[in-house]
Amino acid sequence: MLRAAFAILAKDVRIEARTKESLASALVLGVLLVVVFSIAHDAPPDEAPRLAPAVVWVTFIFTGLLGVQRSFVIEREHEALAGVLVAPVDPAALYVGKLLGNVLLLGVMQAIIVPLVAVLLHVDLVPVLPALVLVLLLGNLGFASLATLFAAVTVRARAREVMLPVLLLPLLVPVLVGGVKATQAVLAGGLAAAGEPLAVLAAFDVIFTTAGVLLFEQVVRD
Amino acid sequence: MRLVDALLPWLAGVLVLAALWLIFVVVPTEAQMGIIQRIFYVHVPCAWAAYAGFFVVAGASAAYLWTGRPGADRLAVAGAEVGVLFCTLVLITGPIWARPIWGVWWTWDPRLTMTVILWSIYAGYLLLRGFAGEEEAVARWAAVLGIVGVLAIPVIRVSVRLLQGIHPAVLTTREGGSGLGDPTMRLTLYVASLAVLALAVWLMRVRVRIAALAGEVTALRRTVDAREGAVA
Amino acid sequence: MSAPPIAARGLRREWGGRAVLAGVDLRVEGGDVVALRGANGAGKTTLLRVLATLLRASAGELSLFGHDVRAHAADARRRLGWVGHDTACYPDLTGRENLGFHAALHGIRQAAARVGEMLAWAGLEAAADRPLRTYSRGMAQRLALARALLHRPALLLLDEPFSGLDAESAERLAVLLAELRRAGTAVVLSSHDAGRLAGLATRTATLVRGRLEWS
Repeated sequence: MLRAAFAILAKDVRIEARTKESLASALVLGVLLVVVFSIAHDAPPDEAPRLAPAVVWVTFIFTGLLGVQRSFVIEREHEALAGVLVAPVDPAALYVGKLLGNVLLLGVMQAIIVPLVAVLLHVDLVPVLPALVLVLLLGNLGFASLATLFAAVTVRARAREVMLPVLLLPLLVPVLVGGVKATQAVLAGGLAAAGEPLAVLAAFDVIFTTAGVLLFEQVVRD
Repeated sequence: MRLVDALLPWLAGVLVLAALWLIFVVVPTEAQMGIIQRIFYVHVPCAWAAYAGFFVVAGASAAYLWTGRPGADRLAVAGAEVGVLFCTLVLITGPIWARPIWGVWWTWDPRLTMTVILWSIYAGYLLLRGFAGEEEAVARWAAVLGIVGVLAIPVIRVSVRLLQGIHPAVLTTREGGSGLGDPTMRLTLYVASLAVLALAVWLMRVRVRIAALAGEVTALRRTVDAREGAVA
Repeated sequence: MSAPPIAARGLRREWGGRAVLAGVDLRVEGGDVVALRGANGAGKTTLLRVLATLLRASAGELSLFGHDVRAHAADARRRLGWVGHDTACYPDLTGRENLGFHAALHGIRQAAARVGEMLAWAGLEAAADRPLRTYSRGMAQRLALARALLHRPALLLLDEPFSGLDAESAERLAVLLAELRRAGTAVVLSSHDAGRLAGLATRTATLVRGRLEWS
């Protein structure tokens, strides 16, 4: 099972490395969102750091939606997914492979956007970097667990562009709230202060990764 | 079942009349909040009916994924529509109640936030069913959403508690309102709840029947089309 | 006696209240080449996709090599190869990478050697390291076949494999099918082109009103 999941992950990474389509659009959108939020708030330099957690998480969610949807669009071209479905591969392996790919994509994008936010909003990240990485990782996993499941649905639906955000945003509230609160706590006092929101993120990750593994077959097979 | 279907609207009607009579004529005015408090007897039962609808969606969705029976799918849609209907009523009666008491139409209090998110999840469910297209698989996708939605409820509830509870005093007042001392008030609440529940069940059964009939019509139309195609 | 490649009974598949497949019975042994005919929209693609386990039948039983497709899906698919209307490959990957991916999915040992072998068979060695999107239609079709044959399937399902092929590719395909028949592989293929199928098929069935009629 893992072998198939890694094969799928490797395939997606290879395609993305070649076309860079998802990463490029996610990055451009991400930078744009950060800039727009910053301008709209127009906060003075001493107040700006307070905006950072919210700006960062809202940006990630919207750019994440873009990237995740695309990871299934490539399966629709030339009926590529059918080639995977006729192979003796557990649908859960397909889910895990796609999930890891999306987490990776988010991570790479964040590696660029987070420092950018630090610069634009005068936030000192260096002392809390490891803690921040943990928060981002837990958040990415939570986001990707549901986004991967539903992107497989919306890629076949009409009104695809609006359907994915509409379905996912209410369900992702715990990731948003947990992520923002954890980031705030980490920036203020380090990992210890972020216990509660991290627990929420972790619980979300466990519940919805499990749900995704169990339910993915229902959305991907006819 | 036919008997139940025939009696249900009458039962619901009687209960609604009884509830209205209790709410407007019998029950005493609450001391702190005044007349506006009577909306509580509609607001709370609607919330219960909404939750009932959403649990029906979850159960019917699971049944549909397990058995593939179209009846389960029809029940899921009915549950979602009725749930969203009553949730909308909660979101309308709430602010009407809140405005004179708190001075604001809305706060981002955990419970209110939770209700709005819940409404959004199931409104999304209805959008998916309505706009996803003609594929057969739509029912299955919606079922997955129905199950995920119900799984999300406890997690969302815990996570919104992390938000600033802005007006704890306000929350206590709401809480105080449901700790009913007066037995007449309790009776009114129970009767109103039964009335709303009866309405909800009746609406769901009607909706399921409509869906079944619509399915039959589509099947008949397809058969006619196929036959005409063959002759032509 | 080992289990037949296909043992299907009473397959039904509805679409919008109409029965596209209305009780299909089919038994295919190794070395059979079954030609599937029928008018456009008769359900040939649906039947092939059900047999390929891409679609679930709403009723009926289907076993591939003795494995029920519902209970033991992975085992059923192990010796199955399928080529549909499209290549089922990724346009941004090279031919070699596409085959390498499918080799990994099937857990093929010494994948690189096998991939090289299939690329040679398909005559795609020169184009092996170019992205699929640069291939001509004939080349893409050959890659799709290579993908389907990579894991040496004992059952091959082909949906209109001759459509859009130039004469040379069509001849190559016909030769392949004859070889497969000799080697004991079971093949089910659909086509409009009666002439093409005549020489190749051991049996011919037509899908009429959701049922198979044998000729």
